[in-house]
Amino acid sequence: MTYIAKPKFHHPGLKKNDLGYTHRDYEGKISTLCAGCGHDSITASIIEACYELSIEPHRVAKISGIGCSSKTPDYFLGNSHGFNSVHGRMPSVLTGANLANRDLIYLGVSGDGDSASIGFGQFAHSIRRGVNMTYIVENNGVYGLTKGQFSATADRGSKSKKGVTNTDNAIDLVAIALQLGATFVARSFSGDKTQLVPLIAAAIRHKGASFIDVISPCIAFNNHAGSTKSFDYVREHNDAVNRLDVLVGRDPIAVDYAPGTVQLVEQHDGSKIALRKIDADYDPHDRLGAQTFLAKHAAKGQIVTGLLYVDPEAEDLHEHLNTVETPLNTLEADTLCPGSTVLDKINASLR
Amino acid sequence: MKPTDIAAPDYFHKVVDCQWACPAHTPVPEYIRLIAQGRYSDAYMINWKSNVFPGILGRTCDRPCEPACRRGRVEETPVAICRLKRVAADFKDDIKQRLPKPAPKNGKRIALVGGGPASLTVARDLVPLGYHCTVFDGDPEAGGMMRTQIPKFRLPNSVIDEETGYILGLGVEFKGGHRIESMKALLAEKYDAIFVGSGAPRGRELDIPGRKEAAANIHIGIEWLANVSFGHTDKIGKRVIVLGGGNTAMDCCRTARRLGGEKVTVVVRSGFEEMKASPWEKEDALHEDIPILNYMVPVAFKHVAGKLIGVTFQHVKAEYDAKGRRNLVPSGDPDQTIPCDDVLVAVGQENAFPWIEQDCGIEFDKWHMPKVDQKTFASTNPKVFFGGDAAFGPKNIIWAVAHGHDAALSIHKLLSGEDIDERPLPEVEVSSQKMGIHEWSYDNDISIDKRFKVPHRDKVVALKDIRAEVELGYDVKLALGEAHRCLNCDVQTVFSTSLCIECDACADICPMDCITFTDNGEESDLRQRLKAPSPHPDQDLYVSSDLKTGRVMVKDEDVCLHCGLCAERCPTGAWDMQKYFIEMTHAGSTCPTKSRSAA
Repeated sequence: MTYIAKPKFHHPGLKKNDLGYTHRDYEGKISTLCAGCGHDSITASIIEACYELSIEPHRVAKISGIGCSSKTPDYFLGNSHGFNSVHGRMPSVLTGANLANRDLIYLGVSGDGDSASIGFGQFAHSIRRGVNMTYIVENNGVYGLTKGQFSATADRGSKSKKGVTNTDNAIDLVAIALQLGATFVARSFSGDKTQLVPLIAAAIRHKGASFIDVISPCIAFNNHAGSTKSFDYVREHNDAVNRLDVLVGRDPIAVDYAPGTVQLVEQHDGSKIALRKIDADYDPHDRLGAQTFLAKHAAKGQIVTGLLYVDPEAEDLHEHLNTVETPLNTLEADTLCPGSTVLDKINASLR
Repeated sequence: MKPTDIAAPDYFHKVVDCQWACPAHTPVPEYIRLIAQGRYSDAYMINWKSNVFPGILGRTCDRPCEPACRRGRVEETPVAICRLKRVAADFKDDIKQRLPKPAPKNGKRIALVGGGPASLTVARDLVPLGYHCTVFDGDPEAGGMMRTQIPKFRLPNSVIDEETGYILGLGVEFKGGHRIESMKALLAEKYDAIFVGSGAPRGRELDIPGRKEAAANIHIGIEWLANVSFGHTDKIGKRVIVLGGGNTAMDCCRTARRLGGEKVTVVVRSGFEEMKASPWEKEDALHEDIPILNYMVPVAFKHVAGKLIGVTFQHVKAEYDAKGRRNLVPSGDPDQTIPCDDVLVAVGQENAFPWIEQDCGIEFDKWHMPKVDQKTFASTNPKVFFGGDAAFGPKNIIWAVAHGHDAALSIHKLLSGEDIDERPLPEVEVSSQKMGIHEWSYDNDISIDKRFKVPHRDKVVALKDIRAEVELGYDVKLALGEAHRCLNCDVQTVFSTSLCIECDACADICPMDCITFTDNGEESDLRQRLKAPSPHPDQDLYVSSDLKTGRVMVKDEDVCLHCGLCAERCPTGAWDMQKYFIEMTHAGSTCPTKSRSAA
């Protein structure tokens, strides 16, 4: 919590993107979260990713539910569309908005409470339907706003700040997203922007349901010894399978990689993801393999991060429904409702 | 890079750019905060202690602090530091009770030659310690060039009287109208030490054809200004040419405008941009309808029957050789004669020591300047010290004050039987400004106001009265607005490696992208890997020791706003905002000799 507004001055030498914006132009209001909150780093990463992709702020809709994480859309993209929905209902509102206007970029921002508890069903169905969106869960394993109860993603056996041991099994949202058919699945850590920023950028460029689980330590209630979502624990147990660079446009790959260490993934829109492999055997195109890998490492207490699965040829909800290219919200009334003669014809065809 | 040693007094001093640039190292942000709080007398006394003449300098200083001001790197213009100093002087209460009390005499006698800023500073520092100081000046009143060369419309006598009065009132013996004609005779009077602060009293000549013949209408700038100051000269011809591009030339042309000069023209050899005059003084001259013609070299004074009728100029252009040195070469355009009634020559000042005999033990160099130690200001005669313009040639008042402090310290050490080469370190105090979780004892909300203009007297009125001060000074409201522009660079960002959990909160919130967490490396390499470009290598990098992840915290001090958001967003208190106050060592301060640990 900070009382003064962030000063408007910025570094005079800040680089501008293709639109002439600096990264400061993608900021929102100053954060009211606790000092040091991991969520603020995710906010900074979203700002950085949108800046690097030269996204026009008015082409973005950021939609969230309730919770510390769901407050964060106020802190980035101050010139974008936003909707702060009922607790756990972000996925439905996002799906509706996406159906009405398929032209916007949809950022769904949620937390472990919002997505793994009250909105678990909503989360599942939006993924299952393949809504074209970037679904980010800011996962701290704890209900911060209500002072630190375990959430549904808290690992069994981890300890609360007061020393109570969690006896419930944890929901692994990444495993579930994989199972439900998400076409871009990643996990990252708020304390590792070099990994997180390109993941968010690649997810935004992905057509289909992108899901990123970002472990984000709660400084106030879940950053102690015994927690499995603390800075120290995540840094010790982080097992990154890959690092990536997002290449947009026709830019040749400027980075010099050792042969065999990089896998190029071309997405639907022509953008490329250069995957620098850390685990040489890991194949991000193998959904089943990813599930097994994840389960094996989870059993060893390791937190697997990186781009875990991507289907570059994915389809989205609009393709499944065969809707028109023109966003529905821009169609005139006579197109949307062609009148009783047309209805009669349709009825006749069904008799 | 090695971790930054913030305990070294110079590290944080450099961050306070204005104070570092000031020859007297006046604690600028400290007095600006006091002005913002309406504590004008307190602000004045901080200045008085450091630069001795706040009211005078607040009107006339050459302002080395302002080009250094961090605000000038953040936006277009620096804080109006100089004019805020004047605010402290204008709005203070009676401060006489705060001046040092006379100490019992210690029996030591010091002679000070010249009654200008350097000598008066020496006297100010030494009299309260019990020294008997005698100041000699050829003019009847104290002040030296501040009184004789600076026009009254820039610096009224009342201000000079007040501030020289504070010093003389400490118990200085002032012998006005007593010009020292012989160093030998002065040495024979057995003073314990002699300080020479006699300035650079001779205006440089311009020896070109016609100089002798038209002498009646050709005046040496500083002499003419002195004559105006004392009322000996009260008019000049309608058409006046001022030769020279320094601040004296600006004073000459603006004075001429007030004494009957209707068409006053300044002509300089160099380009307009390279003129030595301060930009604001050029601006003031232009504002008073005085054109400044450049790249013109005077070649002859034209005269008819002993009467000056004009000056002939050769047009030149600048050419740069392979080493980047500038040469002025004829441009080929035909010479131009500008008609005039009077010429004021302001092409420089020189030192002159005809009164120092060769066998006084004072050695001179090949430029006829005394050999003076840069640090102690001692001459080759251990009892004789030099300062101000007399030491290293013409500079300005604030340098004279700085010299005076250092020379006074030397004299005090010499007469206390100490080694004058051993200079005590300044006293440094660093204290946290934290009042609450996000409350600081300074105003950290950054003002985005542009520099406020100082109100000027109406031009028509100003040009009619040579004693009417042109600048009216800030009023309280403008002063408050300008004071808020100060970035409080003395409130330092202090980092504790052991407390940092590398959550990135500080790097994320920093409005100027000053903070980077990265792998360590050589400075040139690190500067390439910062979050934002690092265009000023003279601005230090603050580097931590190794963090838990093996990385280091690197902060580029360059454009830090000192807004304290890094400290507000830090969950562990690894960042703290701590006020750094440095007290330069003056004669008689309790002198710490070891460096103290900061923070």
